[in-house]
Amino acid sequence: MDWTALRLSLHLSILTVLFLLPIGIAAGRLLAFRSFPGRGLVQAIVTLPLVLPPTVLGYYLLVAFGKASPVGRFWQAAFDHQLVFTFEGLLVASVIINLPFAIQPMQRGFETIPPQIREAAACCGMSPWQALLKVELPLAWPGILTAMVLSFAHTMGEFGVVLMVGGSIPGETRTIAIAIYDRVQAFDGAAAAEMSALLLSLALVAIALTFTVARRAGRHFG
Amino acid sequence: MEGLQVEVHQDAPIPLAAAFGCAPGEVLALVGPSGSGKTTLLRTIAGTYRPRAGRVVVNGETWLDTGARMERPCHRRAVGMVFQSYALFPHLTALQNITAALGHLRRRECAARARELLALVHLSGLENRKPCALSGGQQQRVAVARALAREPKVLLLDEPFSAVDKATRQRLYREIAELRQGLNMPVILVTHDIEEATLLADRLVVLHRGRSLQIGPPEEVILRPATAEVARLLDLRNVFAGVVSGHLPERKLTLLDWEGRQIEVPFNPQWPVGARVTWVVPDGFVVLHRRDRPSRGEHENPIAGTIETVLTIGHTAHVTLRPEHDARFPIHFSVPAHVARRNRISPGVAATVSLLTEAIHLMPAAPQRQE
Repeated sequence: MDWTALRLSLHLSILTVLFLLPIGIAAGRLLAFRSFPGRGLVQAIVTLPLVLPPTVLGYYLLVAFGKASPVGRFWQAAFDHQLVFTFEGLLVASVIINLPFAIQPMQRGFETIPPQIREAAACCGMSPWQALLKVELPLAWPGILTAMVLSFAHTMGEFGVVLMVGGSIPGETRTIAIAIYDRVQAFDGAAAAEMSALLLSLALVAIALTFTVARRAGRHFG
Repeated sequence: MEGLQVEVHQDAPIPLAAAFGCAPGEVLALVGPSGSGKTTLLRTIAGTYRPRAGRVVVNGETWLDTGARMERPCHRRAVGMVFQSYALFPHLTALQNITAALGHLRRRECAARARELLALVHLSGLENRKPCALSGGQQQRVAVARALAREPKVLLLDEPFSAVDKATRQRLYREIAELRQGLNMPVILVTHDIEEATLLADRLVVLHRGRSLQIGPPEEVILRPATAEVARLLDLRNVFAGVVSGHLPERKLTLLDWEGRQIEVPFNPQWPVGARVTWVVPDGFVVLHRRDRPSRGEHENPIAGTIETVLTIGHTAHVTLRPEHDARFPIHFSVPAHVARRNRISPGVAATVSLLTEAIHLMPAAPQRQE
């Protein structure tokens, strides 16, 4: 078992989820409640990472984060080191590839709230912030929790993008999924099996949790 | 200026042209078929809909003035709104639903005030029930308590009785009637049910395709609809075309020619002889003659004909009569079921009715729809 890789993966997953939480709530809510020009395009762009091969996505991120790119140059200027092959680069990539896993369930969560309920919140004197905290988030939380669990599990297991953007630097960018590949290459079957079993159980727990939450969510409006 | 003043004008996306006021303590009903813009007007007052042009003023405070580009957001307008499907917050208990609208009070006053409001709507003891564990009538009362919690300057009721069964509705009517004694804010009731509007409202606004066609007390609107269109919207069925044929000032009568038949109506010299008019007689003012004592012509506006249909619902028989003089225009009326039985009223028999002069009302001739 590569404990450093496991710790790194957990660290990456937790940070990814924390970054995605406000982004997903804002974007999911916007897509659920507002109609604006280009809404379909935005929806398509945030769904794109779901269908693109991870290596393709990884390639474009690598190019986008590279020294030659504006993002890469900005990063170099601001933090005095490059973005690719670092933990920060991995985190940014991880947030981007998880957008659909975070935004879509949150959007569905907000969409279950009838428009009259939101109007009622305003008619009760709640400001948009109060309505978000007291009415919308409590009603959309199954979707939000699902989004967090899915993003977490997906980050734990992501391979292609991580390899492209991060490489396999121990303690910096070698996640547990990369470590498994590494162990298999080195004919260390026991370690690979151990880590695979761990990821498998994590995925199972994540899925079970999501289903339980989805079932409970049906109760309010049933 | 006390009370509520509303003025709305737009051509699209929903055509609206309405202006009305509502005094403190008054109940004003917006009536009209679905799609007539009732709910949109209500949402304009609440601030959840913004018309292209309009003004909403409450007790001198301007809530909306599109001319001055002034709009107060919904959460800063002191409105109480009861939604059609109540829109209670499903994750909160009855008490928390009410507390949610008590943001203007200090935290420790909230619980006591919420309990008071629950007691006001006869729901003490159900504080901790979630909406899904309340009956339709109980949900409606929580919604009313929540609407009142904010100490609204205007109370808005959007078809609040449409989702409950008839017995509950009758009880809620009584409760609302009692409750309004203690309310001194304007109350706007949206409904498509004329009977409900008549029962609860001081005045009606009849709406069609977003336009207000007539405003007035229920009995006035029903007995004296301004136009044939209003009569049709109010579901008055005895609406016919006629021509003014003379005036008899000494008998306080105006004479009308109805397809060759003379009808006496209240003296109304504003209509010159020869004027084409639409006239209406409410079906409560059509009187059936006893069939065992045939009329010898001494009754008001006797119309002889053949009974076409008799539909008995409960204790009332709804009857249509095809007049002898022109069978194209049936007269509708209702009699108690026992009267229909005793007079052996059934399809095909001959009968005579009187159209009571006092209740016949003349309107401008409509581009005609006649049955």
